[in-house]
Amino acid sequence: MAETSTGYIKHHLQNLQVCSTENGWAFNTADNPLLCKGEFWAFNVDTLGFSIGLGLIFLWIFRRAAKKATTGVPGKFQCFIELIIDFVDSNVKDTFHGKNKLIAPLGLTIFVWVYLMNLMDLIPVDWIPGLAHAMGIPYLKIVPSTDVNITFAMSLSVFVLIIFYSIKVKGIGGFTKELTMNPFNHWAAIPLNLVLEGAALLAKPISLSLRLFGNMYAGELIFILIALMGWFQLPLHFGWALLHLLVIFLQAFIFMMLTVVYLSLAHEDH
Amino acid sequence: MDFNATLFGQTFAMIVFVWFTMKYIWPLLDEAITERQEKIAEGLAAADRSQQDLELAQKKAAETMREAKEKAAELLDQAKKRHAEIVDSAKDDARAEADKIKAGAQAEIEQEVHRAREELRKQVSVLAVAGAEKILQRNIDASAQADILDKLVAEL
Repeated sequence: MAETSTGYIKHHLQNLQVCSTENGWAFNTADNPLLCKGEFWAFNVDTLGFSIGLGLIFLWIFRRAAKKATTGVPGKFQCFIELIIDFVDSNVKDTFHGKNKLIAPLGLTIFVWVYLMNLMDLIPVDWIPGLAHAMGIPYLKIVPSTDVNITFAMSLSVFVLIIFYSIKVKGIGGFTKELTMNPFNHWAAIPLNLVLEGAALLAKPISLSLRLFGNMYAGELIFILIALMGWFQLPLHFGWALLHLLVIFLQAFIFMMLTVVYLSLAHEDH
Repeated sequence: MDFNATLFGQTFAMIVFVWFTMKYIWPLLDEAITERQEKIAEGLAAADRSQQDLELAQKKAAETMREAKEKAAELLDQAKKRHAEIVDSAKDDARAEADKIKAGAQAEIEQEVHRAREELRKQVSVLAVAGAEKILQRNIDASAQADILDKLVAEL
């Protein structure tokens, strides 16, 4: 690479974006990488594309297993899929005791999807972007979970579900009471309670998404730094990838588990 | 940390994916797993039941075997008894038959002896008469002396 280390890192952290400009929708280019910076109506084509692609792969694999699912002796593929289903199901059942048709499939989708997104982190950092570069695409971030938009979109969706189920189960009155009469059950403490409970409520989606984003972003950055080290990168990359194998699973699991926990809390009356 | 409309794209994708999973993936697999679990539970119960049945059948077989042995022993005893009885009765019959034959023979012999004795008596009386004629050197009217002769014959 002819670039400097700073340029190399910056290049790897730049999304391929499309945004509306005076001349219509336009991609950012190598000449003008920051074309869409600050624009809200911009899409990170690379992370969004990989995210949707991986989501479709998840749906395709699981749909195939679901269609061929037999109650008799299952094949190895079905066993593997059922292993994942059972893993998610047992975790959901341990945490959530009510009746809800959404939580388990939501947990499964989040777990597998986030895992697949994180898995992209293990592909050496230059392979796919290098390939894209050769094809004339200047920037390509392939790990969707290193994009704060992706993680926030997921955690905010969960947040909406938390609010929805809180109101559905406890009613608007119950939910308001939970926000205003806790932890100090006195009318004079309502403003204080509101601040405390409101912060706790808002902390849920923020911590959920920033935890995943931070872990994956840091991991990706270290992969990029290792990739700068010449021949030394081979053992280092191997070691870090080994550790990261654990991290990507753990982060997917935590995202799923916290989603389930938050939603089961939303179902509980205090 | 730039927020942009990617948020909406990802949210939309997530809604669609979760909906699809909820509608077309989870229920099918969950149902298959639950049904299989029931099947396995039933199979295990059936295996337990058949094990019990087997034990019962084995017990019954042993019982039947024992009864058959007892019956066979009983039959053998009866047969032995009957055999002894038959042998005994045959012996008795044979003895009775032998006695009858012996008695018949005895009677015949006695008859023969009697007859011989009568014959002898007659001949002796003839001889006696002839002897007496000779002794008297004369013709004796046999009929006149018949009473004497008869007395003589009766004495012999």
